Amino acid sequence: MDKGLSLRDVSISKGGTPLLSVTHDIGPGEVLTVMGPSGVGKSTLLAFITGTLAPDFRATGEVWLDGHNITRAVPHQRRVGILFQDDLLFPHLSVGANLAFGLQPGGSATERKAKIDEALNEVGLSGFADRDPATLSGGQKARVALMRMLLSEPCGLLLDEPFSRLDAALRAQVRDMVFDRAKARALPVLMVTHDADDAQAADGVIITLGQPA
Amino acid sequence: MKHLAVLAALLAPVPVLADIDPANWDAVTAEAEGQTVFWNAWGGSTTTNDFIAWVGDRVMEDYGVTLEHVKLTDTADAVTRVLSEKQAGEDDDGAIDMIWINGANFAAMKEADLLFGPYAEQLPNWAIVDSEGKSVQTDFTVPTEGFESPWAMAQVVFVHDTADMPDRLGSMQALLEWSAANPGRFSYPQPPDFLGTTFLKQVLVDILPDASVLAAPATDETYDEVTAPLWAYLDELTPNLWREGKAYPATGTAMFPLIADGELDLSISFSPGAASTAIANNELPPTVRTFVLDKGTIGNASFVAIPYNSGSKAGAMVVANFLMSAEAQARAQDPAILGYGTVLNMDALSEDDRALFDALDLGVATLSPAELGTVQAEPHPSWMVRIADDWMTRYGVAQ
Amino acid sequence: MNRRRFLPILPALTLLAMLGPVIAGLWGTVMPAFGHLPAAGLTGPSLDPFRDLFDWAGLPRAMLLSISTGLLATSISLAIVMLVTAGWSGTRPFRALERLLSPLLSVPHAAAAFGLAFLIAPSGWLSRLMSPGVTGWDRPPDLLIVQDTWGLTMTAGLIVKEVPFLLLITLAALGQADAQRSVTISQALGYGRLTGWLKTVFPRVYAQIRPPIYVVLAYSMSVVDVAVILGPNTPPSLSVQIVKWMSDPDLAMRLEGAAGALLQLALVIGALVFWRIGEYVIGRLGQRWIASGARGRLDPVVAQLALFAGAASALAVLLGMVVLAIWSFAGFWGFPDAFPDTFTLRNWMRFGPGTLEALGETALIAITVALAALILTIGCLEAEYRFGLSFSQRAVWLLYLPLLIPQTAFLPGLQTLMLNLGADVGRLPVMAAHLVFVLPYVFLSLADPFRAWDTRMGTIAAALRASPNGVLWRVRLPMLLRPILTALAVGLAVSVGQYLATLLIGGGRVATLTTEAVALASGGDRRAIAVYGLMQTGAALVPFALALLLPALVWRNRKGLQHG
Repeated sequence: MDKGLSLRDVSISKGGTPLLSVTHDIGPGEVLTVMGPSGVGKSTLLAFITGTLAPDFRATGEVWLDGHNITRAVPHQRRVGILFQDDLLFPHLSVGANLAFGLQPGGSATERKAKIDEALNEVGLSGFADRDPATLSGGQKARVALMRMLLSEPCGLLLDEPFSRLDAALRAQVRDMVFDRAKARALPVLMVTHDADDAQAADGVIITLGQPA
Repeated sequence: MKHLAVLAALLAPVPVLADIDPANWDAVTAEAEGQTVFWNAWGGSTTTNDFIAWVGDRVMEDYGVTLEHVKLTDTADAVTRVLSEKQAGEDDDGAIDMIWINGANFAAMKEADLLFGPYAEQLPNWAIVDSEGKSVQTDFTVPTEGFESPWAMAQVVFVHDTADMPDRLGSMQALLEWSAANPGRFSYPQPPDFLGTTFLKQVLVDILPDASVLAAPATDETYDEVTAPLWAYLDELTPNLWREGKAYPATGTAMFPLIADGELDLSISFSPGAASTAIANNELPPTVRTFVLDKGTIGNASFVAIPYNSGSKAGAMVVANFLMSAEAQARAQDPAILGYGTVLNMDALSEDDRALFDALDLGVATLSPAELGTVQAEPHPSWMVRIADDWMTRYGVAQ
Repeated sequence: MNRRRFLPILPALTLLAMLGPVIAGLWGTVMPAFGHLPAAGLTGPSLDPFRDLFDWAGLPRAMLLSISTGLLATSISLAIVMLVTAGWSGTRPFRALERLLSPLLSVPHAAAAFGLAFLIAPSGWLSRLMSPGVTGWDRPPDLLIVQDTWGLTMTAGLIVKEVPFLLLITLAALGQADAQRSVTISQALGYGRLTGWLKTVFPRVYAQIRPPIYVVLAYSMSVVDVAVILGPNTPPSLSVQIVKWMSDPDLAMRLEGAAGALLQLALVIGALVFWRIGEYVIGRLGQRWIASGARGRLDPVVAQLALFAGAASALAVLLGMVVLAIWSFAGFWGFPDAFPDTFTLRNWMRFGPGTLEALGETALIAITVALAALILTIGCLEAEYRFGLSFSQRAVWLLYLPLLIPQTAFLPGLQTLMLNLGADVGRLPVMAAHLVFVLPYVFLSLADPFRAWDTRMGTIAAALRASPNGVLWRVRLPMLLRPILTALAVGLAVSVGQYLATLLIGGGRVATLTTEAVALASGGDRRAIAVYGLMQTGAALVPFALALLLPALVWRNRKGLQHG
């Protein structure tokens, strides 16, 4: 299979203790949900895919994205987008500058500004470009973080408990927005969560990892 | 003595007299232009520092020589420096081009072949120096032989605040009695400070019936016997000193604020005009006066010397020569500036130059040359070294 | 890009810059201490230098001074800081004291010592303010306060400078100790605030601040500039005597000085071992005290005393600065007048130009050294982040090594060695010597905030296709602007305050505000000392003010960075 995110015989261990092993193909627009209690190594799997695994973990297996083996690629060339439970907007940059950070280089200043305004518009935040991210509400921050990630044109999307900090009403709204955008762009999505509602809403394959060894 | 020096010069491992000939003054000034002279001089007195800065301006103006004052807390630092450079083989461009020096430091450097020269008596202004009347050719009984050039005359004077201590004292014995009656009101800088050791010598010179024994080097046979009265004197004096002799001012100038505050009534100075200068600078109250002892007090000259490894010998000679000029000497003698005694012979000066000195108002606290009385000779430096060491063991460590 | 090859060797380079001079200097001390100084025609090995050293009549007292000032200054300042923190942390008086003490951290030791001397001497400001009204003195009493035989004033001078240092270190450690909840729980169990803190929080905090305490101990035992200004001279402390021997024209004295330097090193090691044993004993006693269940009846009294001591130590430095300022503008000022007869600009006009020249030299050295230290530090921390090249727990002690080895033990040796190598004295070697002391402080100041940075920011930025250098320059460094500037200011202040390194390695040619000010100490001209002391303080303080002000200005519209 060409498009999509493939985990081939991926297993991760720490100090000789195996944590998890996964083999799975995620097609474009599909969602794989990885569930399990905390401490089981769900986030470790994401770190392996983004290339930021801490040195005290050992991992084997391969990660393929859109037909490329990215297992040994440097993090910034993997084209894997990620969202954490915290928005992690850069606090020293304005909302617009955060989006510009994600936006791929190229185009005139006017064109880039237009793209950023368009992105803000898409999530109902027109005119927010000059705002300090610290002054935004939780839902607004989550939307900016999503658009920032999408502007970098990733080929796959990782979600690390992305909605757990949002209150119930907001949660469904943001969740839908994320999954809609991912589907619209035909991105393979890998979500780790311990929340059954999130897993349900993802509407895809669910893997449950075992108890920590 | 002269033969020995020549012999030493011949045997010295490095040529003491390098490329430049002091007698060829035009060549010296030509080479000096553009040179930077690092003058290592004690930096604890702000008036001296100001004077040195003025010298720097003048030699830059007249000769294009840049003068940098390296402010020392102890002249011995500079001696060490040259010594370490010699050990390290830095023979051509050492850190020091000129040192304000005399006494034991000069003797040590001369003996170790660390000085450039002879040069002093070839300098043009040597002609106006009072080489007959003032002790400018011996330094603590050690012949200078042209290895240092004089720039100031110093003589011990006692500084007293007449508001608290109206009368002068005639002898060291009188000082002892006065301090017993007025405990805690006198101190002297802590040896091995220059002025502190001078005080010790002044005591010795004054209480010995015959001080001529001090002109010869101290020997193991003579030392104990000659200095015994000194230690007896100090044993009696110390409990009545400021802070009971458990602490001493670091230097001579450090005693002026103590007089100004009223902590001390009496101190000593090696510069007859310094008290007047300090009054002018608000550093001493106007009631301060100076006196000398009935038998006179110790005097000597301050010199500058040039290390053998200076990279700016010509520049240093230009500065040394300028220091002996009537202009610099008159300024140094001005109590509003420094109040140092001059090394020049008034009779050798032109009328204009002499007028510079005649115009000076020596200040309320400065004694006239006649009042300064007899200048007593410095003892041989070997006395000072041993006395300073002994003082440290007796009073410097065990209180 | 060659940065990729350069970055991994930075930690090694940093260690070399920090430890190289120390090890070389120690080597240069050991040789002459055993009579080996070939350059002077002396070949060892010989024990004569030690024999001469032990023959010096002042040695027992000098050693005792070194030990007593070190142990007293360290234990008293530690006690003040611990008791104040225990009794008051989280309260308004504590925050006031904290705000008072923070700027005092950057006041150079020499300036603080001058201020203290001008304050508490028999003719000092306190005596003037109370005379003749309270005291009846119309002349200063003949009291041995400054330069007292037991070094108590010198110890006090060290305490007032170490209290702010230890307090700030403690505050940093508190953040990780979960102190407030422990105190709340012990108070709920009926313990006084102070006793509760000592029994629950102190052990954790102490474990964290142990290395800086050892630094304070080693420093206090071997300090030179404070000892020259406030310490006794009959005899002086061992370190001052070592510097005297090292600058004696008689070469044999140099050997004795080197032997003294090794003795000083041994004393410091001995004191550290003694302190370590003391920790163990106090730990055992503490356990017994905890097991006793004592609730702390005396807490209020002890807390009041501690607050008084802390405030007094802060006030001593602050009033010292005030009296320096008064002297710098003073015309004639006789005793017992509380203020000078006249105020004048004359002192500043007279000494101003000289201080400006020294300020230029000071700034050039400090800025170069602090920037170099900052670059090395960021390089090390970034290498740690990217390649996992971190100092192991044991290796962290290497950071403290240059601060634990007495300066008087290796700087004179370093000077001799450099001369032997033909390295010219002057500004560059002085910078290298400053770097030895500046690097650890800059590293320790920046390491925690740098490591505390949320690395998920890096993951996000990399996922947004920023290269590692892009992450560093565009995200990490801007976000860490405040701690970076603070580290830089710490580096500048440490460099500005260096006395011995500048004096010995500069060969007298490098005149900074600190060397000039200490040189003036022997002359006793209070007006000049005041002007130089204030300039020195300003040179150290202004960068701290800027480090606070600049981020606030640059990030005035970024709420997320206003308290980080």
